[in-house]
Amino acid sequence: MARIELKDVGHCYGPAGGRLEDYALQPFSHVWEDGGAYALLGPSGCGKTTFLNIISGLVHPTRGRVLFDGRDVTALATAQRNIAQVFQFPVIYKTKTVHDNLAFPLRCRNVEETEIRRRVQEVAALLNLESSLKKPARQLTADAKQLISLGRGLVREDVAAILLDEPLTVIDPQQKWLLRRKLKEINTALKQTMVYVTHDQNEAMTFADHVAVMDQGKVMQIGTPQELFECPQHTFVGWFIGSPAMNILPCTVAEGGVMIKDKKVPLPALAKAAATAAGALELGIRPEFVQISDTPGAGALGVDIREIENLGNYNIVMLDLDGLEIKAKISVGNPLPDRKAFIRLPEKSTHIYASGQRLNPGT
Amino acid sequence: MSLILEAVGSMAEDQMHLADINLTFEKGAFYVVLGATLAGKTSLLRLLSGLDQPTSGAITMDGRNIVEVPVWKRRVSMVYQQFINYPHLDVRANIAFPLQRAGLPGDEIDARINEVTALLGIGELLRRRPGELSGGQQQRVALARSLVKNADLLLLDEPLVNLDYKLREQLRPEFRSLFGNNTSAIIVYSTTEPLEALMLGGRIIILDEGRVLQTGDVHEAFHNPACETVARVFNDPPMNMISADVAGERIILGDGLVLPRSGHLAGLPPGPCRIGIRANDLNLEQSAADDMELAAEVQLSEVNGSETYIHIHHNEVSWVVREDGVHSYALGSGIRIRFNPGRLFAFSSADGRLLAAPDNLVSGSAVMEG
Repeated sequence: MARIELKDVGHCYGPAGGRLEDYALQPFSHVWEDGGAYALLGPSGCGKTTFLNIISGLVHPTRGRVLFDGRDVTALATAQRNIAQVFQFPVIYKTKTVHDNLAFPLRCRNVEETEIRRRVQEVAALLNLESSLKKPARQLTADAKQLISLGRGLVREDVAAILLDEPLTVIDPQQKWLLRRKLKEINTALKQTMVYVTHDQNEAMTFADHVAVMDQGKVMQIGTPQELFECPQHTFVGWFIGSPAMNILPCTVAEGGVMIKDKKVPLPALAKAAATAAGALELGIRPEFVQISDTPGAGALGVDIREIENLGNYNIVMLDLDGLEIKAKISVGNPLPDRKAFIRLPEKSTHIYASGQRLNPGT
Repeated sequence: MSLILEAVGSMAEDQMHLADINLTFEKGAFYVVLGATLAGKTSLLRLLSGLDQPTSGAITMDGRNIVEVPVWKRRVSMVYQQFINYPHLDVRANIAFPLQRAGLPGDEIDARINEVTALLGIGELLRRRPGELSGGQQQRVALARSLVKNADLLLLDEPLVNLDYKLREQLRPEFRSLFGNNTSAIIVYSTTEPLEALMLGGRIIILDEGRVLQTGDVHEAFHNPACETVARVFNDPPMNMISADVAGERIILGDGLVLPRSGHLAGLPPGPCRIGIRANDLNLEQSAADDMELAAEVQLSEVNGSETYIHIHHNEVSWVVREDGVHSYALGSGIRIRFNPGRLFAFSSADGRLLAAPDNLVSGSAVMEG
């Protein structure tokens, strides 16, 4: 298992030395600690596959260095990096038994047969494949086949990292949670460094301790799922993570806060950062944190209730603030005013962005 | 205009696809068919379209038997899961195709295309080919081609299932206003997702294993599920269930918890029953003085949009808790769960019928079919 370090790594599929905007992956540095569960998340074309291929060695980066446990592997081929990969579709040897599928990577490395049996038994027990070891692999269901693909990575004790590229694509939706649980269990039990690539927010956020959110070749934020949700560092992350998306509202600087249209939002802790920031300002708040009442008061903004979407357990209330749409998520038990309402935006859940980047309070 | 199915059944190769379907569809109304994969949703839509014929029963339109009328003679259009467009034609030609086939004059075609593309926000894309469009744009084109025909019957078979959740988020409200304002057609929309059904509104038809379990207003059905299966199908995550025994003034849950037989549960007959509780009604914090409490172990915490589903295990019972926001819990860690007896559902253990539902929400009785 390895600690993976990326030093100023970037990649451009065109000629080297081109403009930074043309990079499929813009240069950045980051460290993934040994044994962690990580995810690369973003819409298609965001650069996540390029990123994964740089780690596995299928792509050699235009610039920067890749280090495994401090050793520079940038120039090494995939085979020399000891990487195991699980792809979208199970890759198995159909005519071989489950046992021989799992044993294959060890046999290729001339590992002793008794040692092979020991390792295969161990991994099969972990994956609940013990009763299927003698069956031909082709007889198994899609999720069991995907477990074999994973198991072939797990049998090798020298693997630096296991890379999973959209591994739940072929899994029946009702079975997904079981496999998600299995992956988490394995990561917890074996402390293998795992990197999981997906466009699906829920999969990334369920699997990983740390998620890298990417868009248009840029790593927008790396953080725990909770950090991405509660404290998006970029408006893209606020929009991309969570459903409904974060409310993003254009605003301007005001004494002790900001103005949305001609309404003042008091934000004492953020006011100074907002006043000195360069670029267009926006206020971000998730629908969960918008408070609605029928009474005006300090810091309350008058809005019209445009529509109430009753989703059974909660309402999504569409509010109109002088032409700007704001969504609020309110539990069905809570009474709602008619038509006219007042909203409060608690400062601890409110963020200010300048040119899309979050401002730190007190800076 | 009304389309009526009476005692309709559909078999194929000795497999029952649909059985004893009795439904009435009215012009100007919007219907959502909700059911799990293989519940019979696509089979039902294919019968309505005329692509398939029932093996028993009658389908009539305004009193006229239409079973024998071929698809091409019907005024019907269908949108599929997989967006289907002609790859060699540009967007405009794709949408114009059914109108040209129908022999409409050019200025009429132009007018209708302008109207429908403005409605769906694809007016700027008319000269592009499908291959140059995103998934969401392609599905809008397929939808535009279906809408432009002004068919009497518009069928949509899980049209959002292949789109990522940000696109679904964007298209659902558009669909709702589009279908909510319909006055001229019968629109039938199928989905596996309870949230989508609630968001789109209208009338609901809940299917399971080829049978209709419940019909009626979507919100009323949500609050008064006719039976245990509906309670499962119409909640995501499915409603948590546990066997219980009603004895004297007490209700003893299968995991050993004891509740008073009071409030909306006072009328439960003695003997065994099934108790249901929504993931949403299991809480981490105490909310009322008479909350019940249990200690459980975390099996997995899953993130779903802006919520966390915590799978828990407690005395042989596996339940799911829904929590607002994104949180993480270590596998195997201990957790305390609270719920209020006022939020429990009760179902018959003999036939699964609803016996009691929390009573503070939507009133009115559920219609149970069959």
